[in-house]
Amino acid sequence: MNHWIIAPVALPALAGVAVLLGARGSLRGQRLLGGLATAALLGIGILLMDQAYDGTVQAYALGAWPAPFGIVLVLDRLSAMMVLMTALVACCSLLYAITGPDSHGANFHALFQFQLMGLCGAFLTGDVFNLFVFFEVLLIASYGLLLHGGGRERVRAGLHYVVFNLVGSSLFLIGVGTIYGVTGTLNMADLAVKVPQVAPTDTTLLMFGALVLLVVFAVKAALLPLCFWLPRTYGSAAAPVAALFAIMTKVGIYSIVRVYTVAFGSEAGVAADVAQEWLWPLALLTLLVGTLGVLAARGLRTLAAYLVITSVGMMLTVVGLGSTASLGAAFYYMLHSTFALAAMFLLVDLIVLQRGEVAGRLVRAPAVRQPALLGGMFLVLAVALAGLPPLSGFIGKVLILSAALGAQPAVWVYAVVLTAGFMALVALSRAGSMVFWNVNRGSANPGDIVAPTVPRAEPARVAAVVVLLALVVAMSVFAGPVARFAYSTAAQLLRPDDYIEAVMNASPEGGDNVPAHGAGGR
Amino acid sequence: MELLFASAIGVLVAAGVYLVLRARTFPVVLGLALLSYAVNFYILAMGRLRVDLAPIVREGTVAYPDPIPQALVLTAIVIGFAMTAFVLILSLRASFDLGTDHVDGRPPVGDR
Repeated sequence: MNHWIIAPVALPALAGVAVLLGARGSLRGQRLLGGLATAALLGIGILLMDQAYDGTVQAYALGAWPAPFGIVLVLDRLSAMMVLMTALVACCSLLYAITGPDSHGANFHALFQFQLMGLCGAFLTGDVFNLFVFFEVLLIASYGLLLHGGGRERVRAGLHYVVFNLVGSSLFLIGVGTIYGVTGTLNMADLAVKVPQVAPTDTTLLMFGALVLLVVFAVKAALLPLCFWLPRTYGSAAAPVAALFAIMTKVGIYSIVRVYTVAFGSEAGVAADVAQEWLWPLALLTLLVGTLGVLAARGLRTLAAYLVITSVGMMLTVVGLGSTASLGAAFYYMLHSTFALAAMFLLVDLIVLQRGEVAGRLVRAPAVRQPALLGGMFLVLAVALAGLPPLSGFIGKVLILSAALGAQPAVWVYAVVLTAGFMALVALSRAGSMVFWNVNRGSANPGDIVAPTVPRAEPARVAAVVVLLALVVAMSVFAGPVARFAYSTAAQLLRPDDYIEAVMNASPEGGDNVPAHGAGGR
Repeated sequence: MELLFASAIGVLVAAGVYLVLRARTFPVVLGLALLSYAVNFYILAMGRLRVDLAPIVREGTVAYPDPIPQALVLTAIVIGFAMTAFVLILSLRASFDLGTDHVDGRPPVGDR
């Protein structure tokens, strides 16, 4: 067995504990430990990506319990991509955080590591109940991170977010319990084998379980009508936290993709493709509502939060179409939107800091201290997020539209996606011109354009945004290889035979070089 | 027994949903707790309701209860307990910070 597969879970867990125990009083020590662990996670992410790139699927049997009795972690192209994406965003977010936002409350770095542990675990696990456990790990860390820094607005948003997700967790357990009661297993690969064999009398229960899980994942992904917790939550979180949260909705999307291709995929008998017919109409409506929110947003943070909802709508629309081309397009768009949105949350914070009391509100105000730098970055991001050429948003949209071409609901997809893109363009241009051009110059005090107390943006913060922007640009320049990888990921996902075989052979007897009993996973 | 068990779960869920939809944080917390009790019973029931089975499997034991739902319930209880504790503290914090225990952080207009 390849022990690197457990590393993205074990490393942040150990680092989080080390931060809590070893560096309790010293922020420097916490920053050092957190930074080292996150950088190491990036290295592990690259290593895992290298191992999964050629299409091999590896399973890791925890405690050397043979599947389907033990819990397995599975590394394939999709999970490697998600772990690497998480590590990249985490590095940038942490780089931003260590310039100051992490000192506004206690235990930022420990929570950050536990959040990473939950995210990576959710992306790697091959067991539905284990997915629930990692969901809870990442959620309880996110509750702490969301409230980091305190303040009335955060507490108010946090209460909704926590209660909403706790109800979601209850539903998750009901869905998991039902599926176990009907099939007798919770291992995803084993489910893929057992679901087609379910007795006809139990199919209603099975469909119920599958659709309850869809509701839970829709809560995490912020799919309409379960998306209204998101704008206030993301809008009130501290900037590095909001940037990291750009991945949180992707956990929901990832879970939908994973569960409804492996366990309830096209070969699942009566439960085949049970989610698809619900996904694309709801996703298109999500896109519309998100677009309305983008247009109506009165502040930069809210604008960025609604852009998250539009990106969810975009991705789930094509996930719902269910072909290799559409899933590939969804993965390309997922990478693009995660990097771009994380950059957007960080950039908005830079702008807010330089606008003084007006903060992010879209009103006429004094100019920012560094209009060229911030404005330039905003322009690049706006082009990427609105989906204009030449950046990756445009390429992602072209892939999505061409994937929808053959599908039945093509007319709806084209109408909504193109309208949403145009509206996002309108909203972003309006916000940009309001912040950077429509500024107070002719006040009574001509020299008083900028309050002299506003400091310039710290280089490390600018660097964090620039790295994310560079990723967006790199995704545009290397669109060919990235898209090819996304398509091969989709192809691997829609042929779950390799996945099932890898998991079922992960037992110590059938595995690679693990001694019979007792050894193996730590 | 099935009828009793099923109606117990049903009553718990009904009461839980009713309380979660209340406007003050304390009933909401209680509702979440009731919901998690109901869910724990539900998972236990998914291992089938049977009595008089051997608790420990020895050689020759043929009838034994399914251990997995019991393990799942234990995990769910631990997580549910931690979450209830957290949401209780958070709602206390919210009522101190916001000066009201309304779930929206401010009482609706016309409500005192």
